[in-house]
Amino acid sequence: MSTTVYIPCDSAARSVGADEVVLALLVEAQLRGLDIALVRNGSRGMLWLEPLVEVDTAHGRVAYGPVSADDVAALLDAGMLDGAAHPQCHGVTDELPWLARQQRVTFSRVGVIDPLSPADYVAQGGLAGLRAALGMRPTQVVDAVTESGLRGRGGAGFPTGIKWKTVAEASDPTKFVCCNADEGDSGTFADRMLLEGDPFALIEGMVIAAYAVGAAEGYVYVRSEYPDAVATLRRAVEIAYKEAWLGADVMGRGFSFDLEVRVGAGAYICGEETAMLDSLEGKRGIVRAKPPIPALQGLFGRPTVVNNVLSLATVPAVLAGGAEAYRELGVGRSRGTQVFQLAGNVAQGGIVETAFGLSLRDLVEGFGGGTATGRPIRAVQVGGPLGAYLPADRLGLHLDYEELAADGAMLGHGGVVVFDDTVDMGQQARFAMEFCAAESCGKCTPCRVGAVRGVEVIDAILHGSPDERSANVEILEDLCELMTDGSLCAMGGLTPNPVRSVLRHFGEDLGLTPVSAGTLA
Amino acid sequence: MSVQEWSADAAAEIVRAHSGPRGALLPVLQALQEHFGHLGAEATRLVAKELNLSRADVHGVVTFYSDFRTAPPGRTVVAVCRGEACQSRGSRELERHAQHSLGVGFGETTPDGSVTLDQVFCLGNCALSPAVQIDGRLVGRVDADLFDRLVADAAAL
Repeated sequence: MSTTVYIPCDSAARSVGADEVVLALLVEAQLRGLDIALVRNGSRGMLWLEPLVEVDTAHGRVAYGPVSADDVAALLDAGMLDGAAHPQCHGVTDELPWLARQQRVTFSRVGVIDPLSPADYVAQGGLAGLRAALGMRPTQVVDAVTESGLRGRGGAGFPTGIKWKTVAEASDPTKFVCCNADEGDSGTFADRMLLEGDPFALIEGMVIAAYAVGAAEGYVYVRSEYPDAVATLRRAVEIAYKEAWLGADVMGRGFSFDLEVRVGAGAYICGEETAMLDSLEGKRGIVRAKPPIPALQGLFGRPTVVNNVLSLATVPAVLAGGAEAYRELGVGRSRGTQVFQLAGNVAQGGIVETAFGLSLRDLVEGFGGGTATGRPIRAVQVGGPLGAYLPADRLGLHLDYEELAADGAMLGHGGVVVFDDTVDMGQQARFAMEFCAAESCGKCTPCRVGAVRGVEVIDAILHGSPDERSANVEILEDLCELMTDGSLCAMGGLTPNPVRSVLRHFGEDLGLTPVSAGTLA
Repeated sequence: MSVQEWSADAAAEIVRAHSGPRGALLPVLQALQEHFGHLGAEATRLVAKELNLSRADVHGVVTFYSDFRTAPPGRTVVAVCRGEACQSRGSRELERHAQHSLGVGFGETTPDGSVTLDQVFCLGNCALSPAVQIDGRLVGRVDADLFDRLVADAAAL
């Protein structure tokens, strides 16, 4: 009888040698006459253990990691295929505290199944949401999503059901469903891991959205920096057509939905929904003024649902389990689960999906185990490159939309990047402006010119005469206010977030005394 | 697939093969760049004619997106991630090392045409940083030694 062995095809696992481990295992199996059934799964999200090898045993899947190609022979000698103990063995995967403490809804299948096996997908609860939706009227589907409290996972946190209702009620005969998979924020990788680990969940969510709002066509816009995700998703779409989950007669229910995968071309701004729509139309990715909102005049001027990968991939679970069950998770107005991505200088980085309400300390120290370098934490950036840097004494904050906003921070797409005490926060502030200058679409002046001026002023503060420092800080404060109030979209509007947080919490790195930094903030 | 010499006939065929769907300019340009390695002035002219767009429109799109190249890249293309998660694990040092060891800045190609060095803002490998992408392959936990080895290995292929 063959033994099933799981080795991820996730690009993060491959970036540290998963393919080499596969090769070594297959060679050893051949030499030893072992009967192995190899499954390339997604990643379980415990990225510090990658490449993670799992072996199917009578007790469940047993985890070994991180495994290098050179370890394979010794692990086989030690009895890995029987789940034997070994210094690299972590026991049954599902019982690992890091996973057992999570509540995986959106990520329930990622790392568990073969991402491109329709049989695996259905066996693990796939299509239950679509079947439930097709048993309801479209308006009931919209109501269920609204009642679940699901909010957009792209960063803005807008209620998904309200957006769908607007599109559903628009009278245009041509409507679109677009998935924004242009996950450009540093510190975020959940969209990528879902696309590589459970692409059918996204497809199912988009079919449900199309049914709910009356759309017959959809696009997924994936960034070009994710070639593996693009390849996996394209194959998943082909398979979904063959299975009649897409196409002219979805699930034999006489409803039609076509889905096309488009690839970005290296522009961060195309993660902004209106810039993404222009890019899909074959134009420069320039931000549009709102109104009109995309729900009414979106792609090619038609009513368009634009949702993030995680929002759409969560929809099937919401409908399968019922709006009430999803709503019961979470706190306040932050309902359901949030997929945190723990990144940067952290000992145990990866995907942490839990109900809203976790504290930053619990995430960074509890799950993360502190810094990878073993040095003290100095700063944590929450919510991507447009998010604030929080100092170590703010780790008590709870990670929900409202509590973070009250402290001048934001959850964004759920990325959390940890820095140790060697970080130069003056350089981090400068980088925020440099990044904005590099990636601004150029449409509005506060962002296009402000970011360039921001770099210059921060350089003047860091390297100029100390006598002029306070005057330059005043200019920087003024510039931040102008960018916040005057920019057309979140790129220019939120770039001041990290800069202001450095002024407020880490003024000493800009050559300011803690007292003056405090009064300026 | 290896990069091909410019051919107007082959290019026109590629444009027609990818110009079916609405808003096809990006897929058309991507297919042309994959085939020819870059998008020269002749490509811009041909795309404009075939898709009935102005050359200014096509030029505007080509120059807006950082993926599109108007000059041929080196035989190996290596992109160093400059995102914050990579910075927290030493990508600033890696950036300096890459520029110093190759003797070029970001967006430049070594004089012998062997390596193009690019910058990228996030490769989605933020828990295994610093990350680089070399000829489309993602590599995690890259230090100066590994960087040099990756470039040498790519050159030896």
